[in-house]
Amino acid sequence: MKASKVRKPKHVSYTKWGYIFLIPFFSVYAVFSFIPMISTFYYSFFENFMSGLKMIGPKYVGLDNFVKLFTEGDLLKYTENTLIMWVMGFVPQILVSLLLAAWFTNTRLKLKFTGFFKTVIYMPNLIMASAFAMLFFTLFANNGPVNMMLMNLGLTKESIHFMSSTIGARSLIAMMNFLMWFGNTTILLMAGMMGIDVALFEAAEVDGATPWQIFSGITMPLLRPIMAYVMVTSLIGGLQMFDLPQILTNGQGGPDRTTMTLIMYLNNHLFSKNYGMAGALSVILFVITGALSILVFKVLMRQRES
Amino acid sequence: MKKKMVSLFLIAAMGVTMLAGCGNGAGTAGSSTADSSAAGTSSAADSSVSGSSTETAAADSSASVEEGKVVNIYCWNDEFKSRYEAYAKDLADKHGVKVNFVIVANDNNAYQNNLDAALQGQDAAATDDKVDMFLIEADYASKYTKSDYALDVVGDVGLTQDDLKDQYQYTKDIVTVDGKQKATSWQATPGLFAYRRSIAKAVLGTDDPDKVQAAIGDWDKFNTVAKEMKDKGYFMLSGYDDSFRAFSNNVSAPWVNGTKIVIDPNLEKWVAQTKDYTDKGYNNKTTLWSPEWSADQGPDGKVFGFFYSTWGINFTLLGNSLADANAEAKVGNGIFGDYGVCEGPQPYYWGGTWLCAAKGTDNIPFIKDLMYRMTCDKDTMKQITLDTQDYTNNQTAMNEIANSDYKSDFLGGQNHIKLFAEAAKKIDMSNISDYDQGLNEAFQQSMHEYFEGNVDEKTALDNFYKSAQEKYPELEK
Repeated sequence: MKASKVRKPKHVSYTKWGYIFLIPFFSVYAVFSFIPMISTFYYSFFENFMSGLKMIGPKYVGLDNFVKLFTEGDLLKYTENTLIMWVMGFVPQILVSLLLAAWFTNTRLKLKFTGFFKTVIYMPNLIMASAFAMLFFTLFANNGPVNMMLMNLGLTKESIHFMSSTIGARSLIAMMNFLMWFGNTTILLMAGMMGIDVALFEAAEVDGATPWQIFSGITMPLLRPIMAYVMVTSLIGGLQMFDLPQILTNGQGGPDRTTMTLIMYLNNHLFSKNYGMAGALSVILFVITGALSILVFKVLMRQRES
Repeated sequence: MKKKMVSLFLIAAMGVTMLAGCGNGAGTAGSSTADSSAAGTSSAADSSVSGSSTETAAADSSASVEEGKVVNIYCWNDEFKSRYEAYAKDLADKHGVKVNFVIVANDNNAYQNNLDAALQGQDAAATDDKVDMFLIEADYASKYTKSDYALDVVGDVGLTQDDLKDQYQYTKDIVTVDGKQKATSWQATPGLFAYRRSIAKAVLGTDDPDKVQAAIGDWDKFNTVAKEMKDKGYFMLSGYDDSFRAFSNNVSAPWVNGTKIVIDPNLEKWVAQTKDYTDKGYNNKTTLWSPEWSADQGPDGKVFGFFYSTWGINFTLLGNSLADANAEAKVGNGIFGDYGVCEGPQPYYWGGTWLCAAKGTDNIPFIKDLMYRMTCDKDTMKQITLDTQDYTNNQTAMNEIANSDYKSDFLGGQNHIKLFAEAAKKIDMSNISDYDQGLNEAFQQSMHEYFEGNVDEKTALDNFYKSAQEKYPELEK
C-alpha cells in the first residue's frame, strides 16, 4: 500500500510512445513533402528561369504566372486531354474489374485456378510504366509488328500511323492504363465484396433473387465506399498521368498536343528550368486534386452516417 | 527486449517506405539534381589511381603545376571516346591521369541539363569530380562559348595561333567570342548528298557523281528527279527532315531577332517542298533517326538518297547500309559500295563537335596536349581521315588527301574528300543563334504533324510557337 502511494500513477501512460513513434513520419514528411510544397507555393510568384546558362530572376511578379497559364497556356485543353484519356481507360477498367471480382468471389461458380488468374491479371502492373510504353511504341510503330500483321492479313493496305491520329494515340494510352490497372482494381473490389456478409447473399437466394438482382441489389450498394475509394485514387492517378504518354509520344504529346497531359506540360517547363511557371502549374494541380479529394471524402462520410 | 527490436524494425521499415514514396512525389523538381549527383559518383569511383605514375610523368612533362589525377570529359556519344582511344591514349600515361568519360545522350536536352548542373556545381565539386573538358555541338555552341565556363584555347589553355592556323576558318569563327577562341574542333562538317548508285543507274541512266550532280544541281531539277523516282517506284528522300539542313543552313537571318522568333523564307520553302513530297509520295514518311529511317538506308531501302555531312557518311550511313552489322564492312555485305556522293542542290553543313576546356579544371597540360593532338596535329588528323573516312579540320592534310589517289570503298571508289574540301570552303555559319537547337527541334516536330495531315499549317505554326516559348520563356512570337 505504502509503496503504491509513493509511486503515484497507478497505470503507466503510454501516450508519449505514440508521439515518439510518430516523429519519424512527421520529420520525413516535413523535410520531403511539406517544405517542398510550401516552397513551390512561394516560387510560383516569381519569374525564375535559365536562358542558356544565364539565370533570369528570381523576380517577384505576383500572380503573373497564373494569369499567363490561364490566358496563354492552353491549360484547359491539357486538363481536358488528361480527363478524356483517364475516362477512356477508367470505364472499361471498372467494368472488367467488377465482372472479374464478382466471378472470383462468387462461391457458387466454383472457379478453378483463381489464385493463378489473380496473379496473371496483376502482372502488367509490375512492369515499369516506361518499359510498357516503349513496348507499345514498338508494337504499334508504323513498320511495327501490329501493322505487319494487319497488312499480312489483308485488313489494311498501307500501314496505319496509330500515333499520328488523335483517337489512335489516346486509345493506345487509355488501353495501356486499362491493362496496367484493371488487375489492381479487381483485387480492391474483391476485398470489398468479400467484406459483405454472406448471410445477405444466402437470404436473397432463399428468397429467389436472380444473380443480377443480387448483384445490383446487394453487392453494388454495399460496395459503394470501396467504389468511391477506387474512383478517387484512380482520378488522382489519372490527373498525374505522365510516364505513359510521355514515352509513347516522345514527349511531344502529339498529334496536335491532344495527348499532352498536365504533368507533361509541367515537364516542358523544365527545359528552361522555369521554376516560376512550373510552380504555378503545380499549385493549380494541387488545388484541383485537393478539391476532388475533399469532395469524395464528404461523399464517403455521408454514406457512413446514413 | 524482443518487443523493442520489433518496433525498431517497424520504424525502419516505415522510414524506408516513406522515403521510397517521396521519390515519386517530389519527381520532376528533384530529377535534375539527381542526375548530376549520379554522374558525380560514377567519376568518383574511378578516382583511385596509383600515384607512382604521376611522379614519373611530372619529370618529363613540361608542366610545372601539379595536375589532377582524373580528367572528366563530358560528351553525348562514344564518337570522341573512340577517337581518343585510337589516337591519343598515350597522353594519359604521359600525364599520369585517368580519363573518365561521362556520356549522357542528347535526347530531350538531357546532355545539356546534366552538363549545366555539373558546371554550375564546379566550384563546390571535389577536384577529381570537376568537369575538365566538355564537348559541344554547333546548334548550341554559343550557349557555352558565350559563358565563362569555356576557357580561351589560346590565352588559357596555351595553344598558339600557329597551331590553329590550318583549321577551317568557320570552325574558329563559330566559337570565337570577343576575339577569343573558346573551343576547338577536330572535324569540319560540310554536307553532301549521298545517293544509291544502283537507283541512279536505273532512273537517271548513270551513276557518275558529276552527271548525277548535274541532274540534281538545284531545287527545281531536284524536284523533277523526285517525280522520275516516284514513277519508277522509288522514293527521292526517306522522310520529312532529310532536306531540312540544306534549307536551314542557307537562311538569310538568325532564328531570333532581339527576342522575336523569325521564320525565315527558306524554312517556309522547306515546309512547302516537304509537304509537296509527302502528298505526292516522293518520300517514305519517316522521321530523322527513327528505325524506319535507318532501314531506308539499308539493303531493303528504296530511297534514292540522303543529305549527310561528313560524320554521317562514315558513322551513320555506313553502319546502316550493312546487311550484317557484325560482319566485316566490305563490298558484298548489304549495299556497301552502292553509295556515291555529290554536292546536291545547295551547299550546307550539319553538326560538328567542338572541344572545350572547362573553367576550374586542374588538367590544363593534359587538355592542351589532347587538343593539340586531336585538332592541330596534321599527321594524326590525316590518319583519322584515312582510317575512318571522317573529314578532319586540317586544311593542309585534307587537301593532300583530296589531291591524292585516295578512294573510299564504301562509296564505290570515289574520293569524297575532294568534294568535302570543295564544300567546306562554302560553309557560312554567320546566322547561327543561341536558340538553334531548341527551335530547330520544335519546328521540325511541329511540322511533322502538318506533313502527316493531322493539322493545317497554321495550327502547326501555333504549336511551334507554344513549344518554343515553353523552351525559351523570354522569346516572343
